[in-house]
Amino acid sequence: MTVTANRPKTEPEPTVRAEKRANPVRFLVLAGLLALLLIIIAPLLIITINAVKSPADYASGGPLSLPPSLYWDGIVDFWNRVDFGQKLWNSFITSFTVAVLGVLLSVLNAYALGIGKVKGRLWFLVFFLVANLLPQEVLVYPLYFLSKEAGLYDSLISIVIIFTVIQAAFGTYLLTSVYQEFPTELLDAADVDGAGKLRTLWSVVVPVSRPTLGVLFTFFFIWTWNEFFLPLVFLVSNDNQTVPVALGVLQGDRLMDVTMTSSSGLIGILPALLFFLIFQRTLTRGITAGAIK
Amino acid sequence: MRRKGYWPFLIPGVLASLLVIVVPLVMTVYTSFTKWNGVGEQRWIGFDNYTRLFEDSLFWGSFSNILLLILAMAVVPTLLGLFLAAVLFDYVAKKFSNRWASLFRSGFYLPQIIPVAVTGIVWGWILHPEYGALNKILETVGLGSLAHNWLGEPGSALYSVMGIMIWVQLGYPIVMFMAGLQRVDPELYEAADLDGATWWQRFRKITVYLIRPEFYVVLVTTTIAALKIFGPIFVLTGGGPSNATLVPSYFAYKNFFEKAQVGYGSAISTVLTVLIIVLSIVFLRLQNRAERKA
Repeated sequence: MTVTANRPKTEPEPTVRAEKRANPVRFLVLAGLLALLLIIIAPLLIITINAVKSPADYASGGPLSLPPSLYWDGIVDFWNRVDFGQKLWNSFITSFTVAVLGVLLSVLNAYALGIGKVKGRLWFLVFFLVANLLPQEVLVYPLYFLSKEAGLYDSLISIVIIFTVIQAAFGTYLLTSVYQEFPTELLDAADVDGAGKLRTLWSVVVPVSRPTLGVLFTFFFIWTWNEFFLPLVFLVSNDNQTVPVALGVLQGDRLMDVTMTSSSGLIGILPALLFFLIFQRTLTRGITAGAIK
Repeated sequence: MRRKGYWPFLIPGVLASLLVIVVPLVMTVYTSFTKWNGVGEQRWIGFDNYTRLFEDSLFWGSFSNILLLILAMAVVPTLLGLFLAAVLFDYVAKKFSNRWASLFRSGFYLPQIIPVAVTGIVWGWILHPEYGALNKILETVGLGSLAHNWLGEPGSALYSVMGIMIWVQLGYPIVMFMAGLQRVDPELYEAADLDGATWWQRFRKITVYLIRPEFYVVLVTTTIAALKIFGPIFVLTGGGPSNATLVPSYFAYKNFFEKAQVGYGSAISTVLTVLIIVLSIVFLRLQNRAERKA
């Protein structure tokens, strides 16, 4: 891409505008970026147009033709076949519970480490950092074994417990650095008012840090929703599967025709897209939260 | 005011972490020194799993695959993302508008939000040898001879996965770098302008220099993500064809749950874990040194 052109020097407004109109480089850059955007979006567009195409139209027009009429049977059949409503509910309830409990656990940990500055806090922080780095493969077999012993195998409860702890490891790490900067005057004022530690946490620390907690909640929810490996191992029966697991194991199923496979893709994209739109503002703020030191 | 007596708040976190992280971790490391099929008795065999591992060509193959995946998941997206973030921040936002810049950013980020199983469906569909859109497109433009079974042939499977992973990863560095650029003083760019610096000079001397903290964070997190990669391999290729796309985590998974060689699988995961932790320490050091120099 040719983007080496000089930027206009700071000059009076009209000249800049005239230059804006005339400069061909601008449009080359824009065209290049639009082409790249199209390449990125194309797979999703192709999946979408084929999800609403009948197998007959697909056979005559191929994957790139627009469907002559909208055909919903692929989506409806797929939805009914895998009982998709159940999968959505499983994913939702798991992700939501993990997000709530994960934030709660992070807050308790970070309160002790960031504000309470308990002894050995550096080691606790190193522990939570390492816990973040661990590949799930190194935990999976004992967890699988222990959950069978405890009668929690193939149950959403095991997934909730495991992900609450895993997400809270990240949350503790992030939130501790936020709480270290917590304004001491507020804590002192609560002390003077005779508020206990639990009360201070609940009525001072949590409300003040609510934006950060919102970001954590969003992260935990989406991360848990998208998790694949541990749910694949733990949720073996149909009724317990989450959306990614159900879609992942159905792939290559001989009963799925071409357009139905496409429908399953679209059905998997839509919830993620919905969360993205709902949470976009929190997310773009939050993605960078981990980078700020 | 010295704050004391907060340790009770740590109790739930410590107990839960012991249960879900510490105990399983210790169990896996212990199991890696035993022979065990998951039921029955565990037999201590010392370092046998590890000596077997270092002689196993599949193990080495999985690691050389990972090197290429680090290229596709960390190196290429980070460099390309840096360039694109600079174009969006220092060109599009100024010559067009911020709305254009954030539109592109959201678009490039889109693949990041899609669950990995769905990525597998989307790309499995597009690259399918019989009905896939890519082969159809190639035929349409008269390049039908290039069409083949992208994910199903040992020669092209890994490269196809690499291409898909670049697609998945690209948005993350762009968002991170653009956020990092927000804290750059605009006067710096204006001053460089007045001195007649070209866009490329500003990119090299200002953007790249100032964005270093984010650069390290992105490079570490994406490299670790590449080392851990499981989902995309599971849904796209299952490690095949003939192990052409085998990666350590999938190799461990197969030993745990398909071959019932739990001890061997534990050894693989332990090596992977050690590698990730060592790499993180090295990166942290490099980052600290770079910061001290600045």
